[in-house]
Amino acid sequence: MVALGSLAQLIRSKNAGPWMLTVDIMFPSADIYEHVVASRVISADEMSRIFGVPVSEIEIFEYAPANAFKISFPRKVPNGHPLDRDLFGGQQFAPLVDLEVPEPG
Amino acid sequence: MSTQIRYLAPTGMIGGGFTEEYFEAALGEGIEFIAVDSGSTDGGPSYLGADRYFMSRDVIKRDLRLLVIAARKHDIPLLIGSCGGSGGNWNLNWMWEITKEIAAEEALHFRVALIPAEPDREALVEKYRQGRIRPLHPAPEIDETTFTDTRRIVAMMGTEPYIAALEGGADIVLAGRSSDAALFAAIPVHRGFPAGLAWHAAKIMECGGAAVDQMKKPEGMICTITQDYFELKPVSPEQTCSPISVASHALYETSNPYVMHEPGGVMHLENVSYEAVGNRAVRVRGSGFERAPYTVKLEGAAVVGYRSQVLGGITDPMILRDFDTWFEAAKTSVAFTLKRSLGEEAAAQCQVDYRVFGKNAVLGERDSRDFVNHHELGVLLVVVAPTQELASGAAAAGGHAILHFAVPQWRGLVSNLAFPVAPHLTDLGPAYSFVLNHVVELDDPLEFFPVRFEEV
Repeated sequence: MVALGSLAQLIRSKNAGPWMLTVDIMFPSADIYEHVVASRVISADEMSRIFGVPVSEIEIFEYAPANAFKISFPRKVPNGHPLDRDLFGGQQFAPLVDLEVPEPG
Repeated sequence: MSTQIRYLAPTGMIGGGFTEEYFEAALGEGIEFIAVDSGSTDGGPSYLGADRYFMSRDVIKRDLRLLVIAARKHDIPLLIGSCGGSGGNWNLNWMWEITKEIAAEEALHFRVALIPAEPDREALVEKYRQGRIRPLHPAPEIDETTFTDTRRIVAMMGTEPYIAALEGGADIVLAGRSSDAALFAAIPVHRGFPAGLAWHAAKIMECGGAAVDQMKKPEGMICTITQDYFELKPVSPEQTCSPISVASHALYETSNPYVMHEPGGVMHLENVSYEAVGNRAVRVRGSGFERAPYTVKLEGAAVVGYRSQVLGGITDPMILRDFDTWFEAAKTSVAFTLKRSLGEEAAAQCQVDYRVFGKNAVLGERDSRDFVNHHELGVLLVVVAPTQELASGAAAAGGHAILHFAVPQWRGLVSNLAFPVAPHLTDLGPAYSFVLNHVVELDDPLEFFPVRFEEV
């Protein structure tokens, strides 16, 4: 197994408007992207566990034009709310970096 | 019917800057209009609520001066959307004042259209009663008082107000809150270019030169739209677009990379293809746009209290070796102190929130990773209360309680927090929250966006 962060060229998160967070995982080649798609590691169940959001609230998109996954889910509070911890949502991807993925063949 | 239209986004956000020499060169390529976005909700609701802007007057004026001079010299329209960040009336007027100053200093004369985007509150209440304000997901609970009591509410305009402004003879359009893409899509859609191409291009152009392989500094992008495709080329000769860099842009700040809602329709990017042209430009085909009932999105910023904060560092190994146990006890002591010092009733009105940097300040309860920091932690205590005085008093008392809270291994009076700034208590003023994630159905795209003309 290898860490997702070692396969991706970029893992990032950001606000998608004030009410949603979105996480992008981008791979440097179609081969690696397809390997991760086939591994089914990026699943709604796993994302639900990692981000503490109900499975029904997780949206996952496979986006081949950029060899990327997008994962979107609602924020607990809108950005800038007194209980918000990350105004731009820029650091919310962190638990994905060490997610274990089967090694590419 | 024209065979093509070419326009320029000088930078992703006015005030972000761009290189004058590259900008001038781009204008020589047959540019028919210049458009630039000024809006963002990333800074949170306080900018809309408190009539403020997150960029300085000086940086805006620097960019705006170059844009106004260029637009007048080439006699092409200049469109600026979501003026002053939040696009409220205060923000729009702020940009208008700067524009007038520039006109006077440069001895320029032109016609400006101002398009405010703060709908009349009674009209919003009426729409709500008619059931024509619909929640998006996730939407907070609202009622009529949301529309009467919220400090500021703006609506995001579509393309039509821009066209009305240009048909009224405007040389420069200053718009309040706007769909970011609408100000770039307006002219191409109106001129009959395919709506899918015009909107998709606009969605990328609203970020200026961001869809490049590596953005070292903000610069612009040139877009050419034909009946079959659109083509993007960076303004800066140092930068390149590739099929991947352009395709990737559909991911940025969007929740769905294939389907994007805009006033009057939905963009569909499922069948898009990206093709390199030379080594710097990219051609895009296959973008779709499906008409839908006309709605615009609402944004509202409401005051939810007043805040004060205390920030302190802890590096005492005795505390850190069993931090969680100690800190739980310290928080109990804070609650006790607030009740004793401020009274039960006032203490109950104070919401005390703790962020422990070095532990889980960023992700909070969501952080499932194990991590122990025996070296140094930062404690940020934030109080939200109905008045500034109460928030300030509670933060001071709470911080003091932690400062001197007993450490079991030590005997005698301790001082547990290293305050890195003085004063260590900071009043943060009103706390705002976004309170709307809704769309409103309009009978007429101009219904909430009256265009006003001014001569300078």
